Order: sequence, then C-alpha cells, then structure tokens
Amino acid sequence: MENLNSNLAGIGFSDEQRDLLDVATSFCREKSPMEKVRALLDDEAGHDASIWQEIGELGWLAIAIPEEFGGVGLGLAEVVPVAEQMGLHLFATPFISSTLAAQVLVKAGTDEQKQIFLTKIAGGEAATVALIEDSGNWDLGATKVSAAREGDRLALTGTKLLVCDAAAAKFLIVSVILDGAPALVILEQSDLPEGALRRETIVDETKRSYAVTLDGVSVPIDRLLDVDKTKDALAHLQLSGNLLIAAENCGGAMSVIQYTVDYLNTRKQFGKLIGSYQAVKHPTVSAYVNYEKSRSHLYSAAYSFAEQGRGEVATRMAAVQAERAISFAADRSIQFHGGFGFTYDCDAQLFRRRAIFNAALFGDEIYQKRKLAELLL
Amino acid sequence: MSEYSQAELDEYANDADAWFKENTPSDPGFMLPLTFMEVGTDQQFDFLRDWQRKVYEAGFLGAAWPKEYGGGGLHDDFQTAATKAMRKHNGPILPNAIGLNWTGPLLNDIGTHDHKAKYLKGILNAEDIWCQGFSEPENGSDLGNAQLRADRDGDAYVLNGSKIWTTLGNYAKYMILLARTDQNAPNKYAGLSFILTPMKVDGVETQKIRKLTGEYGFTQTFFTDARVPTDGLMGEEGQGWKVAMQTLEYERGARGGQAGGYSMTEPDAFEILKLVRKAQRDGNPVLDDPVVRDQLVDFLIEAQSIDLNNKRGRIPDLVQDHPMALPLMSKLVWTEFAREVNQFAVSMQGSKSAYYVGDPNATDDGIWTRAYLNAFSATIGGGTTQIQHNIVGEHVLGLPKSH
Ligand SMILES: Cc1cc2nc3c(=O)[nH]c(=O)nc-3n(C[C@H](O)[C@H](O)[C@H](O)COP(=O)(O)OP(=O)(O)OC[C@H]3O[C@@H](n4cnc5c(N)ncnc54)[C@H](O)[C@@H]3O)c2cc1C
Repeated sequence: MENLNSNLAGIGFSDEQRDLLDVATSFCREKSPMEKVRALLDDEAGHDASIWQEIGELGWLAIAIPEEFGGVGLGLAEVVPVAEQMGLHLFATPFISSTLAAQVLVKAGTDEQKQIFLTKIAGGEAATVALIEDSGNWDLGATKVSAAREGDRLALTGTKLLVCDAAAAKFLIVSVILDGAPALVILEQSDLPEGALRRETIVDETKRSYAVTLDGVSVPIDRLLDVDKTKDALAHLQLSGNLLIAAENCGGAMSVIQYTVDYLNTRKQFGKLIGSYQAVKHPTVSAYVNYEKSRSHLYSAAYSFAEQGRGEVATRMAAVQAERAISFAADRSIQFHGGFGFTYDCDAQLFRRRAIFNAALFGDEIYQKRKLAELLL
Repeated sequence: MSEYSQAELDEYANDADAWFKENTPSDPGFMLPLTFMEVGTDQQFDFLRDWQRKVYEAGFLGAAWPKEYGGGGLHDDFQTAATKAMRKHNGPILPNAIGLNWTGPLLNDIGTHDHKAKYLKGILNAEDIWCQGFSEPENGSDLGNAQLRADRDGDAYVLNGSKIWTTLGNYAKYMILLARTDQNAPNKYAGLSFILTPMKVDGVETQKIRKLTGEYGFTQTFFTDARVPTDGLMGEEGQGWKVAMQTLEYERGARGGQAGGYSMTEPDAFEILKLVRKAQRDGNPVLDDPVVRDQLVDFLIEAQSIDLNNKRGRIPDLVQDHPMALPLMSKLVWTEFAREVNQFAVSMQGSKSAYYVGDPNATDDGIWTRAYLNAFSATIGGGTTQIQHNIVGEHVLGLPKSH
C-alpha cells in the first residue's frame, strides 16, 4: 500500500505552461475554425502548409528540444497545453508526430544525429515515428520489421502501419529488429522508393496515416540510433505518445461537449428546449464530469511525466480517462443531435472518429488498464 | 491573522502531529460511526462529543475562526495542518458537523456580533449540537416549496409544521430552520425565512427514525405552536432561500470557512485493496481474476480523479473556463464513488457477502455491507445525485432548467 501511495502523482502548472496555453488557445481558435477543418477533410495533405510553417516559426516544435540543438529546453509538460488546444479544434498537423520523433532522438540519438535531425525539427521540419505493424502490438519492442547489416549499410524488410504524417515528414524514425534486439533507424524521405507510402483509409478523416513498405530500403549505418539506449527510448516513446494523445483527446472532449450544449440550448421539441429534458441533460453532465476528471489527470501526468514510476502511472491514467471522456461525450453528442446527429454534416462524428483512431496508436483503454494493474496491484 | 512565518506553521503542525499521536483514542470497543449521519446511540454520541471537545481545547479545531468568538485567530493554513494531522492518525469524526461546517461559516460570514458571541464557541466545543431543518415530508428536493409556518407574534415566531430526516435531531440544541413567514409572497421562494431555532422549547418534539441499516441517526421533528425568538432571523425576512442556498454551498464544499477536522471518513480505495488482497471468491483469491483487477484499476483511477480535482481546483490557471465547475461537481463525484466502492467490496466477499454486522463469519465485522447501505446517506442527503446533475447542468453548462 505504501508502494501504491508513492506511485500516485500530484499536480502543478508552470508559468511556461500557462504562457503556452494562452498562446495556443488563441492561435488554434483562429487557425482551425470548423469550416477549415471541414475543408481539409478532402485535402490530400490534410493540413495547411503555410500554417504549418507558422507553427514552426512560433517555436512549438522546439519546446521540448534541448537548447544546444536549437530548442527551447523545456519538456513535454509544456507541449501538453499546445496539444490540448489543437485537439480542441481538431487542428490536424504533423505536430505530435514531429514532437515524438524529436523525443526519440533526445533519448537515443547519437550526438551527430541530434545535431542534424533535432536541429531540423526545432527549425520547423516535420518528422514522424513508424512503430505499429500488422500484429498490432503496442509493446514497441516487439517488432517484426528487421534490419540486416550489409557492409556499412542497413537493409530493411517489412511493413509499418499507421505511420501518421509519413508523407509530410522529412524523415521517419523506424523501430526494427537488428541482431535479435530492438533498434531504431532514421530514414529520410529520399530513402524511400516510389510507392513505398500507401495512404491508409482511416476512421479519423482529419488525420493522415500511411502504410510504409520497407522492403528494399537501405540506409547508411550512421542512421542507427544508440542501441544501448533503445529500450529506454521506446519506453519513453510509449508514454510520450500516450501523454500527447491524452492531451488531444481531452481537448476534443471539451469541444464536443460545448457543441452538444449549444444544440441543447437551441433545439426545441414539445415546446421546450431539449436541454431541459433530464434524459438528455444528465448524460451531458456525466460527459462533462468525465472531461473535468480527464483534465485533472492530464495535467497531473504532464507535471509528473519525468518522475520514475509515478510518471507512467499518471500518464496511463490520463490516457484512460481522456479516451473515455472524448468517446462518451462524442457518442452521446451523436445521439442528442437526433437525425442530424446521423449526418456527415454534424460535427459529433468527427470527434467520435478521432477518439477511435487515437485509441489505436499507443494503446487503448483496455491496454492501459492492464498495464496499470501490473503497476499497482 | 494573515501574516505568519513558516517556522510558526511548522511548529504548530508538529504540535498537532504530536497531539493527535498521543491523544487519538484507541478502539473504544464498540463500532464508531463513519459519518456524522450515522451517530445512532448515546454511547457513540457521548464518545464523539467528548472527542470533539478535546480536539477543540487542544487548539486544533476552529483555529482560523475569530479569536473573540472562541476560535484560534490563526491563518487557515494552520487549521489545514491540524486537520491533516488528525487524518494521519485516523482520528474519529467530529459529530457537530452542521455547526462546524455550515452554520459556523454562515454566522462568520453574515451573522451579527450577537449571533457570533452566542453560538460560535458552543459549536466548537460541542456543547451546543446543531441540526438542520430544511426537508419536509412533502418537500425534499423541492426545498423552495417548504411549508412549515413561522408567524410573527411580538418578538417571537410561532412555528407549526414538521421537518424530517433531521440528522442529530434528538441531540441538537439548535436548528437552522427554513420556514415560511409569508403565505402571500409573489413566489414560493420569496415567502421563506432562515431562523436559528432553539430545540429545547415547548412545542418541539423529535421522533427517531430507523435507517435502512436498522440503526438510528435522524429524526422527524414536529413543531406545534412552538415560540422561538425573532432574533434568530438570519438575513431579512423573505431572504431565507438565499441564505439556505449559501448554507448548501458550505455543505457541499463549494464555499470555505469550515471549522476544520472532518465529520465523514473519506472513501479509501486503498482500504479496499487490503480487503481484496485477502478475499476469496469461489475458492480462489479474487486478485487473480482479471475482471476484478480491471475494476480495481477503475477505482484507483477514480480515487485519483477526486484527489486531483481537489488539487487542480486550487490552481486558478487550470480552471479558467468554468471556475465553479470542480466545487459544484465534487459532492456528486465522491458520494457516488463511495457508494460504488462499497458495493464492490460487498460483492468481493463471495459467499461471505451473505453475512451482516454481528455474525462471527462476517468479513471485517461486516463493515463493508453496512458502509454500502450507509453510503446512500450522502448520495441522497444534501441534495440527491440527480439534483446535483441538474445543478452542474444548469449552473456550469448553462443548460435550461428542468420542468
Ligand atoms: C442520511 C440523511 C440525512 C439527512 N439529513 C438531513 C438534515 O439533517 N436536514 C434536512 O433538512 N434534510 C436532511 N436530509 C434530507 C435530504 O436532504 C432529502 O432526503 C433530499 O434532499 C431528497 O428529498 P426527498 O427525501 O424528499 O426525496 P424526493 O425529493 O422526493 O426525491 C425522490 C427521488 O426523486 C428524485 N428527484 C426529485 N426531484 C427531482 C428532479 N427535479 N430531477 C430529477 N430527479 C428528481 C430524487 O433524486 C430522488 O431520487 C437527509 C437525508 C438523508 C438520507
């Protein structure tokens, strides 16, 4: 029990987090109004290149990169408010993908790799991570994609799935098996042959995801990240992904609740606003209570992220609560919009789809809870 | 007092820790109530009243209330430290909850000098037990429709009617009473007044009501031409609704100023882990069952939600969008959690869940089943869970009122 107690995190909020929250709140509201989100659904790139450039100029990609590599030198705690606000506006950019790629490099890149690739991300270039495979295994070390040494090069075989933003990324960091152990390799976009990327049809139409076929791809050996640090880097990546996805989901939950409330306050039936019916009102309140809990967990996870043990517990709890919050809120939102809720035009579906997709990336609620049981019981 | 040094606070906190370590009573040999709503026997009541008096006299209750009225005159951080020490050493609950937690703060905020001088000290030392006369047999959730009559006659109100579910009604010296002083007011709320009412006067009778657990804990209170002084009026005549709403905010923890300590033991997800570690169901350790493990993780997440919500509520930058949301939802969240955890604890006992308090085969003397039944006190009392949903929906989300 002592053990349990010491595994539970507190919460705090830094000045830097507050400043970033302020800026991100207005920037995301302005740059990603719903008409824009809708317009980008059919766009091949899925995001606006000029706005992506602005994001780079704002320095958001540099937040959690050390100063010596062109970064701001803060941590993921400070990235959380940005991801939350992006989630609130379904603002799709390669921001999370690039931040995760940077995190892997911070943990396991060689000095030279950091100098080259971290600097690029800090300067606004998109990057991503390629982790998931056909097995759907969320334990990132269990990869089947392999690398073999051929002289001073590495030859890759296999296919990665659900690689977000792979087309926009200037480079990808791929998990592989090398010499029987997990390893990480950097691929530049130019290393990929024609046709290596297949855009996947995914449930969340605001995002872009690709299957990446690596057969026949070969890269110089100096693209291999430090193998001794790979295990830690993958563990860090698992949690970083969960933290940022939780942030996105938490923001999304608030947004879809507000969307529902607006409808409940305008639509009338039987001569009364539908929000006055408790069969509608009470589940909406439950959704909102879920969201508030989720936000508490999110900022606790951000606060304790770097702490051994606690950070993992807090992050997985945040992931569970955020997935629940957005899923339930969006599910009820569809229902409470009636026939309109069943249409493509009703925004509730965008959030419901977002929640389903996000759960697929770094482990869904069931997975997180199994991990938590191992950690806590 | 607003200015203090860290050294002063540390010294006080150390004193509190030492005092509770030394003075927290060991098992009295009979079952102690987990909440003030469960005080069912004279033996329990006398024990807890004595305990509260000791805590007060040692300087660890009402530390932040004004000195001239019996408080400690210290910054609230001192009381917080004392309460923390009390919790650390598992001190029994303080019984005079309605006085300490809502009448007292109300008096401090809007009472006259005479009110404070007359009542505050008796609240702290448990000399004067308080009860709350809001609910009536016909008007519970619809409190604004309360019908008990208070007719002014010289310097007295003449009271006629009945209040019900009055916690501690049979021990109370005073009641905070919501009564109808104007039968012809333009709307139901405008006719109400809030009156501090003595209980030990002619025409006031209490009758104990037996709870679902088989024990006692609240009463019905009958008023028949009872005369009480008009100087007990809080606010103006006709402002009773406003004062009652303010009182409910203290009750639900949405407003501060409480004397300190606690009158309910909080649901503890760790305690249930202890139970589960030793429990067997169907001949097997329950902790091997993946369904149980999954459910336990849910409870731990929820326990963290409650703790983190409380802590986040104190960080203004993280509650900007709806500053009142967390306080207004807190009662809803923790009372339902307590009910669910206890219900789960019952089902964890497998065939042993058949036993109740008193049987030698009952797990942990049957406290879980009793706690589950008692948990409804909080999901119903103080405004039901359903009413709390209405409050959050209407006051936080801005949804239209229900009809
Ligand atoms: C242990 C305990 C101690 C108590 N102590 C005190 C005390 O000291 N002083 C005091 O004054 N009162 C006390 N109460 C009374 C308590 O405040 C009332 O029981 C409560 O407000 C509900 O009122 P009611 O019992 O009349 O139920 P009702 O109001 O009749 O409610 C019955 C059911 O209908 C639901 N309901 C009612 N109205 C609505 C609505 N608008 N929307 C949705 N659902 C609705 C309720 O949620 C409930 O489930 C206590 C109650 C308990 C259980």
